Formats: sequence, structure tokens, C-alpha cells
Amino acid sequence: MRYLGIFILSMIFWLLVTFRFTLPNIAAGVVASAITAAIFGRYYFHNVGKFLQPRRWFWFTVYLVSFIWACIKANFDVAYRVLHPAMPIKPGIVKVKTTLKSDFARTLLANSITMTPGTITVDIIGDEMYIHWIFIRSEDPALYTRMITGRFEEYIKKFAE
Amino acid sequence: MTGLLNILLYIQIALCAPCLYRIIRGPTIPDRMVGIDIFGILVVGICGIIAVQTERAFILDIGIAWVILSFIGTLTLAKYLGGKKLNE
Amino acid sequence: MAAIILISVGVLFNIFGCLGLIRLPDVYNRLQAATKCVTLGCCSILLGVLVHFGIGGAGFRALVAIPILFFTATVAAHALVRGAYHFGAKLDKRSVKDDYREEVK
Repeated sequence: MRYLGIFILSMIFWLLVTFRFTLPNIAAGVVASAITAAIFGRYYFHNVGKFLQPRRWFWFTVYLVSFIWACIKANFDVAYRVLHPAMPIKPGIVKVKTTLKSDFARTLLANSITMTPGTITVDIIGDEMYIHWIFIRSEDPALYTRMITGRFEEYIKKFAE
Repeated sequence: MTGLLNILLYIQIALCAPCLYRIIRGPTIPDRMVGIDIFGILVVGICGIIAVQTERAFILDIGIAWVILSFIGTLTLAKYLGGKKLNE
Repeated sequence: MAAIILISVGVLFNIFGCLGLIRLPDVYNRLQAATKCVTLGCCSILLGVLVHFGIGGAGFRALVAIPILFFTATVAAHALVRGAYHFGAKLDKRSVKDDYREEVK
């Protein structure tokens, strides 16, 4: 089942990149996707059935919209800090607890944190994420955990766990 | 329209200069590698602008291949820098 | 016309990112500013390419390149910042907090 999932994904990718629907092209895509599935299939998700639930796709859309909005905000934040003559920075590495369990969800959360304003993920050890923050606004762990992980954690929990 | 596109292409190419500055002058080795990483991403933008300018789509394939190769190179160098083997 | 506007916005973001690469004081801040701005700038340029070519072979290529760019850029940034810390790159002297130090030792 997992092998079929990664086969279909890589086939879609091949067809989008080449975009020619002739027989030799499709045959080459099938061979390449089969090789990819044979090598990387065992690293894929355990439960492919999650892809077929509409509820998860809804929350994925919500997450995507808020993620893009955070990205744009992050860019203006960087522009403000770079263009300001005195460079208002107060950097540091803080420790944040996460409640997500699966590897895929954690990777997604780390990527979201990297793209949101002022933060970049350094490492994940156990349940704790270490995050470099360009301007530390608060010293209270509960407060800055909510500031950094924000809404992303609940959205990701709803569609990826 | 093409004039504006030309100017944008020249600006995008000129933006490689800060990366080269960081590669040459960076005080530590991680600084140089940040320069290399950002350079790899900028090239994708150059490929996109050239594809619009010349109306040829295959240049985007070069961009996709470039970003994947640059990713693998950066990852290998970063693992080497952290003193770890590649499979950890 | 929309394509030109999107490409201009992308180049503007790239300028901010490269300015950050020069001005900011240590490797972590530089990586942060540059990765964010340059990635979103190049995504904006690719969106401009998608608008210019329309729905078709070339447009889908640009569309496929955007998620690839996002994932590779962020994962490369994580690997670089972790490698830099283990290598021993110092935080800037304006830094106020370092929770990661006792974990590494």
C-alpha cells in the first residue's frame, strides 16, 4: 500500500514536469516511478488511508493560507530589521516543548517555524525544539511557546497526526 | 516591457555579488557556506527570469535540477561541518 | 503585466535578503534573514513565470518548482544552522539567551 502511494505521487510529479502524454514518455515515467518506489517506499507514511479523508484536506488548506500569510509578514519583518539604521536585534536560542508525535508532523512544524517571522529551528531533541529567535520579546516559557508555535501546532495536529 | 525585464535580470545577477562577498570575506567557515546556499537559491530566480525573457520553458528544468543539486551539496557540507556521518 | 509585477516584488525581496546577508552580525542572523527573504523572493518570481506562461507545460513546471524550493531551502537552513553550532560558531555579543549550550555538552 505504501509502495503504491509513493508510486502514484512520483508519477504525478513526472507528468507535471514533462507534460507530454505520448506512450514512450509515460512508459519511462512508469519505470522511473517503480524504481523510486522500490528504493524509497519503506520510508513513506505507514497509513496511506489518511490521504482520503476530506477533513484533513480542509485543515491543510487552512494551514496553507495562514502559512503563506505568515511568510509575507516574515519578509516585511526582515526588511524592517535590515533597513533600520540601528538594527533592532536581540538574538538568542530558546527551548520550546512540542506535543506532536510523528516525524512528518514535526518536520512540518519545524519548516513552518523557520518561515514565520524572526525564528529558525536549530535542533529537535526528544520533545524539545531549540529555536533561534532574532528578537526575544518575552522571558516567560509559556508565553513564548505560544508566540512561536502559535496556531500552526493545532492545525498540523488536525491534519498530519 | 522587455526593457524592464532586462533591468530586473541585471539586478538579480548583481545580487550574486553579496553572496560572493560573504564567500570570500566570511570570517568563519559556516559564513562561507551560508553564501553558497543562498547563491544556489538565487540561480533559480535567474533561470525563471531568463525563461520569461526568451519564452523557452526548458530553462525551468535547469532551475529545478539546480535547486535539488544545491540542496544535496549544502546538506553534505553541513553534516560534515557538524562532525556527523551522513546516515545519522 | 501581472507577471512583471510579481517578478519585481520577488527581486525586491531578494534585495532585502542580500542586504541582510551583508549587514547582520553573526551566522545565525544572516542565515535567518537570507533564507526567508530569498526563498519567498524566488517563489514570487516563479509565480510570475506561472502567470506569464499560463496553464500548460511550462506553467506546471514553475508550479512544481515552488514546493521543492520551500522544502529544500528550509531543510538546508536547519542543517546549516545545526552544523554551524556544532562547529563552534559564536553567537553575537548582543545575544541574551542560549538554552542549547548545556544540551550539546
